Amino acid sequence: MPDAAPTASATEEKPSKLRAAARDVGEWIVNVLLSPFVEIGALVKLLWEAVFWGIRPPYRGRLFVESMEFIGIGSIFIISLTAFFVGAVLALQLVDGFRDFGAESQSGAVIGLALAREVGPVFAALMVTSRAGSAMTTELGSMRVTNQIDALVTMAVNPVQYLVVPRVVAGFVMLPVLTMLFNIVGVFGAFLVAVSLLGLDPGVFMDRLKWLVDWEDVSQGLIKAMVFGVAVTLIACRQGFYAKGGAAGVGRATNRAVVQSAIAILMLDYLVTGLVLGQGLF
Amino acid sequence: MRLTRPPLPPQVKDDPIHVRIRDVHKTYGDHHVLNSASLDIHRGKTNLIIGPSGSGKTVLMRQLIRLEKPDSGELLVNGVDFAKLEGLALASMRRTFGMVFQMSALFDSMTVFDNVAFPLREHTDLSRAEVRERVMDRLSVLGIDGAAHQLPAQLSGGMQKRVAVARAMILESEILIYDEPTTGLDPITTEMVDELIVEAEEMFGITSIVISHDMASVVRIADHLSFLHQGRIAAAGTPQELLHTEHPATAEFIRASRVTLD
Repeated sequence: MPDAAPTASATEEKPSKLRAAARDVGEWIVNVLLSPFVEIGALVKLLWEAVFWGIRPPYRGRLFVESMEFIGIGSIFIISLTAFFVGAVLALQLVDGFRDFGAESQSGAVIGLALAREVGPVFAALMVTSRAGSAMTTELGSMRVTNQIDALVTMAVNPVQYLVVPRVVAGFVMLPVLTMLFNIVGVFGAFLVAVSLLGLDPGVFMDRLKWLVDWEDVSQGLIKAMVFGVAVTLIACRQGFYAKGGAAGVGRATNRAVVQSAIAILMLDYLVTGLVLGQGLF
Repeated sequence: MRLTRPPLPPQVKDDPIHVRIRDVHKTYGDHHVLNSASLDIHRGKTNLIIGPSGSGKTVLMRQLIRLEKPDSGELLVNGVDFAKLEGLALASMRRTFGMVFQMSALFDSMTVFDNVAFPLREHTDLSRAEVRERVMDRLSVLGIDGAAHQLPAQLSGGMQKRVAVARAMILESEILIYDEPTTGLDPITTEMVDELIVEAEEMFGITSIVISHDMASVVRIADHLSFLHQGRIAAAGTPQELLHTEHPATAEFIRASRVTLD
């Protein structure tokens, strides 16, 4: 028996399924394209709220001190450790590379410049993201999914003022401090390797460093550190603050916070460098 | 004790109806969760809102305490429309309510003492000694003073619930809302929490609103009962009246729970 001819409803169904699939793909593309702008908009809104609530009483000094201790004091060890090895590896690479054309005496200067302008603030921000940013997202996310943030609201306490403002202020204040620490320990690590291991003259190393690196270079790094401090804490707080979906949701929020922070640090680094140097951006 | 409250519109405190919920709607996307919900909360009584899972109980609770703003409708608390308040007036009016969340929502980084002291430290200018006295007094009344310096994670579910009640009551709020207070608790602890709700009402004269689907608790503690079905109040009255209701969904819910007034 020959196959029956397709019914009218079957032929109508096919284009409607295709249309639905095309619509889904279209929506997906629009969502993917729009999501960075949505995220940036949400961050700007949260920053505005943090500024608004940050200047209003009550001022909870204890929370600011606790946040600064968590971000600053708590990161000293990991910042020092990474800074030492970053400085050490820079010395290994640059002294070796500069020796090829007899310029190893400039190693200290270049290392100092690189640390002060770029490596110090960027690495310090990345380390704060991995240690403190992720912990902040997890803490706030857990508070969200266990209704602790709702509990704050029901007790007439503004959660942005109580949870976000101290963390953002602590990031703004402590990241420059950690960047300075990174610079100092990084130079120490580079000095140790360049002088003790590679036989560079200590006087020449320090003299060249002091000759090339001035306050403007250091301040450029500190300005970046302030911007990174706000960005990293704001992203961490936003992801935690709006986490949903239980423990798995908190895990996803933490993952997003770390990825977004790393991308934001590198993009902002380019933007701030372009603005500070006055050379344009593109 | 001085509370730092901004001025509020004049309130009616002698009306036997403490809260009037009128024609409240709430929609999430295409999902119309609350569909013209209206009910009365009786002053100084234990008011239970029951209903099957997904009927909108928790959403109603979230509107009632203004964790979310209703799309439309009125939430008249002491005659003041809570749904229309914003900013400091809203924050101030929120102190009329205390809230006991389903999972207690205690701050897990704080001790029991600090959790209960939190609202006092935020909203009053009491000295440290006065805060200590009030907190220990409240913990003692609820039988948990021995746990004052423990963290919430070190306590049983029932004790956590007591701490949550102590925290919700410490500012002497007029209305306490309990969201599914006995969910996940064993029968003995469930009975203990039920007694706690009744004790809180009797000792402090507060109005209790209990969101629940536990019919055994309903029979034990309810003065007034409302049945929420498909986003609206389908039946309301005393437990006696609702156990004999002819409303089909309510009767089916009660029949399935196999609970009688005996």
